[in-house]
Amino acid sequence: MTLQLNWSQAKTLFQRLGSVIGLLLLFIVLSVLSPDFLTTGNLLTVLRQVSINALIAFGMTFVILSGGIDLSVGAILAFTGAITASLMAAGHGMVLSVGAGLALGAVLGMVNGALVSWGRVAPFIATLGTVTLLRGLTLAYTQGSPIPVTNPGFAMLGGGYIANLIPLPVIWMAVAFILCGFLLRGTVFGRHVVAIGGNEEAARLSGVRISPMKLAIYGLSGLLSAFAGVVLTSRLYSAQATAGAGYELDAIAAVVLGGTSLAGGRGWLFGTLIGALLIGFLNNGLNLLGVSSFYQQVVKGIVILIAVLLDRRQ
Amino acid sequence: MATPLVSMHDIHKAFGPVKVLEGVDFELIAGEVHALMGENGAGKSTLMKILTGIYAPDSGTIQVDGKPVSITTPADAEKYGIAIIHQELNLIPALSVADNLFLGREIQRFGLLDRKAMVKKAMEWLAQVGMEKLDPDTLVERLSVGTQQMVEIARALGQNARVLIMDEPTAALTEHETTTLFKLIRALREKGTGIVYVSHRMEEIFALCDRISVLRDGKFVGTRPVPGLAFDEVVKMMVGRTLEARFPARTSTPGKVRLQVEHISGGMVKDVSFDLRSGEVLGVSGLLGAGRTELARLLFGLDKPSEGRVLLDGEVVTATNPNQAIHAGFGFLTEDRKAQGLVLDLSLRENVSLPRVPAHIGLVDRRGEKTQTRGLIEALKIRTRDMELNVSALSGGNQQKVVLAKWLALKPRVLILDEPTRGVDVGGKAEIYHIINQLAEQGVAILMISSELPEVLAMSDRILVMHEGHATALLEAHGATQETVMTAATGGH
Repeated sequence: MTLQLNWSQAKTLFQRLGSVIGLLLLFIVLSVLSPDFLTTGNLLTVLRQVSINALIAFGMTFVILSGGIDLSVGAILAFTGAITASLMAAGHGMVLSVGAGLALGAVLGMVNGALVSWGRVAPFIATLGTVTLLRGLTLAYTQGSPIPVTNPGFAMLGGGYIANLIPLPVIWMAVAFILCGFLLRGTVFGRHVVAIGGNEEAARLSGVRISPMKLAIYGLSGLLSAFAGVVLTSRLYSAQATAGAGYELDAIAAVVLGGTSLAGGRGWLFGTLIGALLIGFLNNGLNLLGVSSFYQQVVKGIVILIAVLLDRRQ
Repeated sequence: MATPLVSMHDIHKAFGPVKVLEGVDFELIAGEVHALMGENGAGKSTLMKILTGIYAPDSGTIQVDGKPVSITTPADAEKYGIAIIHQELNLIPALSVADNLFLGREIQRFGLLDRKAMVKKAMEWLAQVGMEKLDPDTLVERLSVGTQQMVEIARALGQNARVLIMDEPTAALTEHETTTLFKLIRALREKGTGIVYVSHRMEEIFALCDRISVLRDGKFVGTRPVPGLAFDEVVKMMVGRTLEARFPARTSTPGKVRLQVEHISGGMVKDVSFDLRSGEVLGVSGLLGAGRTELARLLFGLDKPSEGRVLLDGEVVTATNPNQAIHAGFGFLTEDRKAQGLVLDLSLRENVSLPRVPAHIGLVDRRGEKTQTRGLIEALKIRTRDMELNVSALSGGNQQKVVLAKWLALKPRVLILDEPTRGVDVGGKAEIYHIINQLAEQGVAILMISSELPEVLAMSDRILVMHEGHATALLEAHGATQETVMTAATGGH
């Protein structure tokens, strides 16, 4: 029997494996260069740091796969974090406060979705507008000062450990990955996300209801951003108005590094996880090697550009 | 005989496993209008793309003025004086005529644009195509399609083109514009320009051209001088057999009325009424812009009717989006399968189940989906190794079958087919006709929009003819002729 591999399939496979190979290479290089790298403690710390970006990037994957982009994730994170923290500061219980924060995130995401679908605004512009709006609202609401959180149960969400070893945020990341992966590959919703990104007109003519789908897609991104906001607020014991600045770019970088096409219609969630890990381990490695934070940005930018150039299609 | 301006010999070209050209010869002499004919997918546009440097041939030689040349980029083609006027015009609407004429080769003085020189030169170039009255400062978006085409020709001539390739140049022109264009083409021929005329329109070709070359399924069939050539002979060269053999016999008998369209209006469509029976194929004929596709869009919930109503099996249907139309029992195969019918990055399986993914409470039923896809692949004889292959890897005919499969999976009561055999080769066409027959036998009511008259005549029970949004005739296909349909399509009586 001969194994015939379709050229486009082979190319896709290579592009997909590229990010995994990149991560492995980085792992090997850092293990050799720094004795502190390959320790359980360090690896778990990196995973915990990565989890916030990964949560956001999972939602971003759905948005980008559908042919859109969501710049508002960092702003949603800050706003919902502030609301959650202030609800608790006002004496409400943790479940209610977190629930309200998550619901708010989903609603804000759906507002993006409504602007994009019914308002026919380009996703870049629509979410750029909501960023500015939400950042302003957050500053006005917090008056620029942090809102402290004292609820011990809440502090566990971002700061707790399982078996005194695995940070809870890593668990959240794993659970979100499994749920989102299933949503993307195992449900009609996921199928329709990819179809919309691949050819929106064909999807519409096949009876896919585009507007409700976009509401749901951006809503999911908002929900995951809000969850990342809850975890971050919990870890820092306070909500900050400026939290999450620039997170949208890290999330987009993770998605793109993972091999998902910015044009939509092709990509995978596992790649996004790898992309987020790449960025996290790169940051960590450069720290361990004592590279100044100024040059860290330079290196990160170069890595992203190389990845995108390798990924470029004819 | 004079040395040919261009001669292409034994050209081969394949895209992956698909052989598009297999040993094609083509020769153009100065001062002739040479028609290049063949059915959709015969390889005409690929051959012209090779001549203009967009594709490189896998093998074969090209000579210009008797000397072997290699044309690997559009710039090479320009250097040898070969220019193409595309079907979709390539002008930038927001720029002026002069700006467009000099796009990429602007005249400069001291590094600045020399507008005066460009306008002056533009006027000379426009005069060459009989457009001396056109102000070079006019924005292109203000011009009619016919005038835009003249501007494109002026640009090609301005770049000293000696070989002009025209791809369906009259497709979007009015009668008057067509006359003007033909006058220009004849004048250019007198001056020794060689013109390749790619078209399906036999009447035009017989009126205008000196020689005809025919391609069929990527192979060169032959070149014939037009004087003394019979219509039927060209058709036979194109299809390889007589027309009768192209269409299978109709096998179904129409049953009870399934779809009633009553005085529907909206957009271009004006007050159209008709009935469609189960098991019936109603052909819809008309010229480009007659409102045929717009009628389909109204029925499918894509546009809103301003008046009239639609009844399906006696019940009023008001679909305001495709989703509702599909639930009511409509299917719609669109005319542009790549832009509207398929998601090219998805697999055959995923495309087939796009309108309705086999699922339980939102969870995809993989096994059910595979069974469904396998059944449809067999029923429609879709040729593919693997249902997981991207649909972009399939041939045009097989892609069209995938779109059909998509709708068959829903078991529609009314299936609208808009140009079902466009871009499909002859063999694939026959198979699609066979599928249409089978569907009709199963009682599906079929509305078949088509620009190919023989197809409409052979495959329909009745023919609805449209002209400028109105239904001008509803003919029994038995007894209708190309002439009676064309008369109604052009608004005559």
